Amino acid sequence: MQIYLPIAEMTVDVFVILGLGGLVGFLSGIFGVGGGFILTPLLLFIGIPPPVAVASQANQLVAASVSGVLAHWRRNNVDFKMGAVLIAGGVAGSLFGVWLFGVLQALGQIDLVISLCYVLFLGVIGGLMLVESSRALLRHRSPTLPQRKKNQHMWLHGLPFKMRFKTSKLYISATVPFAIGAVVGILAAIMGVGGGFLMIPAMVYLLGMPTSIVVGTSLFQIIFVTAAVTFLQAIQNQTVDGVLAFLLLLGGVVGAQFGSRIGAKLRGDQLRILLALLVLGVCLKLMLDLITVPDNLYSLEVVTP
Amino acid sequence: MRQGVCFRAFLRQRSWAVAGFVGALFLLFVPLFVSIAWSWRAEAQALTADLSDHLIRITAGFTGANVVLFGATEGVGDIILVVTGPETHVTLRRKGQVAGIWLNQDQVAFDRIPSFYYVASSQPVDEIMKRGLRQLHQVGLDFLRLKATEKDLDPEYVKNFRTALIDLKQEQGLYHGEHGKVTFLGQHLFRSELRFPSNVPPGKYGIKIYLLKDGDVVSASTTPLEIGKHGVGADIFQFAHQHAALYGLVAIILALFAGWTADSIFNRKA
Repeated sequence: MQIYLPIAEMTVDVFVILGLGGLVGFLSGIFGVGGGFILTPLLLFIGIPPPVAVASQANQLVAASVSGVLAHWRRNNVDFKMGAVLIAGGVAGSLFGVWLFGVLQALGQIDLVISLCYVLFLGVIGGLMLVESSRALLRHRSPTLPQRKKNQHMWLHGLPFKMRFKTSKLYISATVPFAIGAVVGILAAIMGVGGGFLMIPAMVYLLGMPTSIVVGTSLFQIIFVTAAVTFLQAIQNQTVDGVLAFLLLLGGVVGAQFGSRIGAKLRGDQLRILLALLVLGVCLKLMLDLITVPDNLYSLEVVTP
Repeated sequence: MRQGVCFRAFLRQRSWAVAGFVGALFLLFVPLFVSIAWSWRAEAQALTADLSDHLIRITAGFTGANVVLFGATEGVGDIILVVTGPETHVTLRRKGQVAGIWLNQDQVAFDRIPSFYYVASSQPVDEIMKRGLRQLHQVGLDFLRLKATEKDLDPEYVKNFRTALIDLKQEQGLYHGEHGKVTFLGQHLFRSELRFPSNVPPGKYGIKIYLLKDGDVVSASTTPLEIGKHGVGADIFQFAHQHAALYGLVAIILALFAGWTADSIFNRKA
């Protein structure tokens, strides 16, 4: 069945879009990542113009994250206090990120910066997660190996503005989650993603939050980031395609429900190893795109429709 | 005898009358004949054409559209038609390899280029239209005037980008050089089916029809075509552009609601 997208100004197959939404929603439900880093390339592949793809997907991620958060909330797996601090940092970061985006665009190299950001962050995070989670998996198999101390004392704990996060069972400085939120906000604005794939490892490894709570809290934070992106894109570029977003979220919310059920059944280390492989896979793909000779050296951008 | 004289006189009178009548008629018709004779040349060049539809509606289920152009010529000749879409500005970028990474190195902006271009003809354009005229009327992709915004660029450099631009537009299905057929039904009636793909840019289109004889344009005609969004899609587009902030808020609220709805459907029992 074909449908015309009024903002993208093209006709697409309804079931292709529903399928893409479902797939990404499923991943989002399992891992708590928005899935933007997977959906963007897929939408571009079927010919959606990049600005419309990024903006409309942000809109659908709002819906997918809401249904995900509600599911996690019911299991008491959302740390709202932590989420609020992350969002505060995220807002500051994304404002700076939007400004930085403008500067890079003026230099004409925004595409390259986006690609390099992806490769760098996905590679580093995916690699670290893979190493850590496979160690954890091995530890799980052979309990004789020494366990790491649960509450290691790091330099991070010497910082001021200490705050108690009951749900996460943490007593840490609020500056750390604020800084994480800010960094993620900057990258979210530049890369056009919710930033879950960065947020989750940061919460696990830097803050030491329990994996079960990390997913729900990340989704909670993503709602606000993607809502902000939707709004900014709508007023600046008019690139939010309501029809595309609706189809994506129709598939996405269904996918997310199944995803979060499966996610709840998997152990933390298994969850992390799967996410690590996924992140590394996307990283590898983007790296190959940068290195191999492009099919067409030229690319066309319509300045005014 | 008297009768005869009378008759003859009558005849004489009658013949005058007839002569006068014919003379008057002649005087009356001369301008008419002249004008007919005059118009003979113009009639030979007359060209009329119309579309089966002057408005293409892009609705929710739009998968492209076919429009039939039909027309008649008074004389004998060949037909070329050129469809051009609304003007756009584009930037073309070229990638180059730097330290093993492919990145955008050069770019050329093109001003006021047609967003859509299509040529159809009854015979191969080469054989029926002089080169100079093709240049003048921009018939064929090689003769399409695509100008770089920046004036003092190396022409050879711009030419590479120009070729790439045409290639990309052809890939998108928006540029067609001499693909279409114009078919004659007899000597004077012609028709051509114009195909517009689903990604056709909305706006005002112009269709120029040329009647050619011995390589020269003997007559030309234009007919307009409007491609516009209609129905829900058009409303969404209007809303998004005229009330951008409100549109953004509505999009967010709908997404929040959709997420909540999905959750309450799937997790009611939990």
